[in-house]
Amino acid sequence: MAVAELKVPNAVNPGAPEPDTPDTLEFGAVQETYLHMVIRRFLKHKLAVAGVLVVLLLIVCALFAPAIAPHDPNAITNTFNAAPSAEYPLGTDRVGRDVLSRLIFGTRVSLTVGFLTVAISVVIGTVLGLISGYFGKAIDMLIMRICDIFMSFPQLMLILVVVSIVGPNTRNITLVLGLLGWPQVTRLVRGNVLSVKQSDYMKACTALGYHVPRKLFKHILPNTLAPILVNATFGIAGNILMEAGLSFLGLGVQPPTASWGNMLTDAQSLTILTSQPWLWVPPGVMIMLSVLAVNFVGDGLRDAIDPKSMS
Amino acid sequence: MFNYIIRRILIAIPILLGITIIDFLIVNMAPGNPVDMMVSPNVTGAALELKKAALGLNQPLYVQYWHWLVNILQLNFGYSMTTYQPVGDMLAQRIGPTMLLMGLSLIVGLLIAVPLGIVSATHQNSTLDYVATGGAFFGVSIPNFFLGLGLIYIFAVRLKVLPSSGMFTLGGNNGIADTAAHLVLPVIVLAVQIAGQDIRYVRSGMLEILGQDYLRTARAKGLKESVVINRHALRNALITIITVIGMQIPLLFGGAVITEQIFAWPGIGQLTIDSISGRDYPTLMAINLIAAVMVLAANLLTDIMYSVVDPRVKYN
Repeated sequence: MAVAELKVPNAVNPGAPEPDTPDTLEFGAVQETYLHMVIRRFLKHKLAVAGVLVVLLLIVCALFAPAIAPHDPNAITNTFNAAPSAEYPLGTDRVGRDVLSRLIFGTRVSLTVGFLTVAISVVIGTVLGLISGYFGKAIDMLIMRICDIFMSFPQLMLILVVVSIVGPNTRNITLVLGLLGWPQVTRLVRGNVLSVKQSDYMKACTALGYHVPRKLFKHILPNTLAPILVNATFGIAGNILMEAGLSFLGLGVQPPTASWGNMLTDAQSLTILTSQPWLWVPPGVMIMLSVLAVNFVGDGLRDAIDPKSMS
Repeated sequence: MFNYIIRRILIAIPILLGITIIDFLIVNMAPGNPVDMMVSPNVTGAALELKKAALGLNQPLYVQYWHWLVNILQLNFGYSMTTYQPVGDMLAQRIGPTMLLMGLSLIVGLLIAVPLGIVSATHQNSTLDYVATGGAFFGVSIPNFFLGLGLIYIFAVRLKVLPSSGMFTLGGNNGIADTAAHLVLPVIVLAVQIAGQDIRYVRSGMLEILGQDYLRTARAKGLKESVVINRHALRNALITIITVIGMQIPLLFGGAVITEQIFAWPGIGQLTIDSISGRDYPTLMAINLIAAVMVLAANLLTDIMYSVVDPRVKYN
């Protein structure tokens, strides 16, 4: 995980009870909505905007991979270990598959694993964090200790062991990364719930006699969404790296399916490392570029959402 | 403060127990058991049953867990399923190189991150700040195996100035200089990862300190800027630095697995990969347990350090 904990105060409360909030300020100036402010501040962050563009480009690559790729990523051509040429812009690998096509199809794996794993972690982590922070007492104690237990294991080591037991393939690593990633989210959400609980509008909710689910999902959750979103963005970057690492070690996406990580596995042999850099440099650069782009987006979001940071 | 430390240790005990339970359960999810791997035409079914009974494998899970736990507490980690050596001995051989690699990387990483983080906070929006934060982003975004392979390609293959794998040169004198040369590349890989993460933390921690009232007071007293930073701000940055060190321990283990694999460094990380490919579950259990216990100990130490360094930490 690139960033473990984020401090994003909830100075702006989009979910607070707001029947009387006027749309305009006293002197008639139009009050900027929270979303507009976030977008305006995000757009100022040039690297974050560049990050969004790169991510969009990658998504297009993933969606239209069959149309963009010059060859079938798994088809064996009549030349193997070929250096880059007009026909095969990034050469062919030792089996004779087109490297560029595999690189384009690899986008699918990285993005799918990155987004899905974070979606799983965020759902589990948010629900547990809401419960833990809102109800407190014994249940909070229990959930927090379970978090402590899971966070004590070095993430990669635990994942490696579980993956080696359940069998390495794309579906399993997605599940394992997703199911082991929730403790960070739980802690983050719990911390936010604890601070939101102290606010006056939560007292108002109680005074109005709102039921617990309404308080949790209509008032507390919207106020913790921003930090969750930032954390999730960094989580995507971290999990793309993790998937690449697992696939590199041979414990992630299995050949013949192309993933950027497993395209680098062969480079552990000295001949490929020395004489065929076109096999391992492009996937490495792609991993770095996509992780960098997602991290920039996360950084931009954090700055845009945090009202305390200077705009 | 003594009471606080005792209380922190008491909280750590159930977590430690939880760690052993999770470790035990995960490895028991593995299909098959040691005896199933002995199945061959020469061994009768009855003999296998006998062996199972002798190993306690037909007992309920909680009884097996209890026996395992009692053994672990006596530092008896069982026997490797691939080398038949005691797991404890294998770990003892491997832990030294890993500690050396992780310790050095942590030191180098911090030596890069702490000064850079502090200077980029005191000179916010300067060129150096942009270079440092930009570099930090590259540090966290570059896959460590890609960086490792790149370094091997440049320094070992092209320039031929540094060795690419192992801890000693074969047939060499096994001297310190030799090991130091072998350490350079893996340490760079891990240190880049650490520095990348820590620069941003130290920077934002320092920025927070710089906005505090006591610094304004110090300036208002007419102190020189260097005194304000060195005497008043840096001392408070110590808290951030302790946090950052504590945070790095679990990440270092993960990084060590991949780095040791690339550089054939004979440590715990490489043993992990070997054990996974050999389905050596007793060894895997022991490695995970030890890593988790070390992380727990690091967290405990971090909390205790807070109370030593920062008198404001309340002990309740």
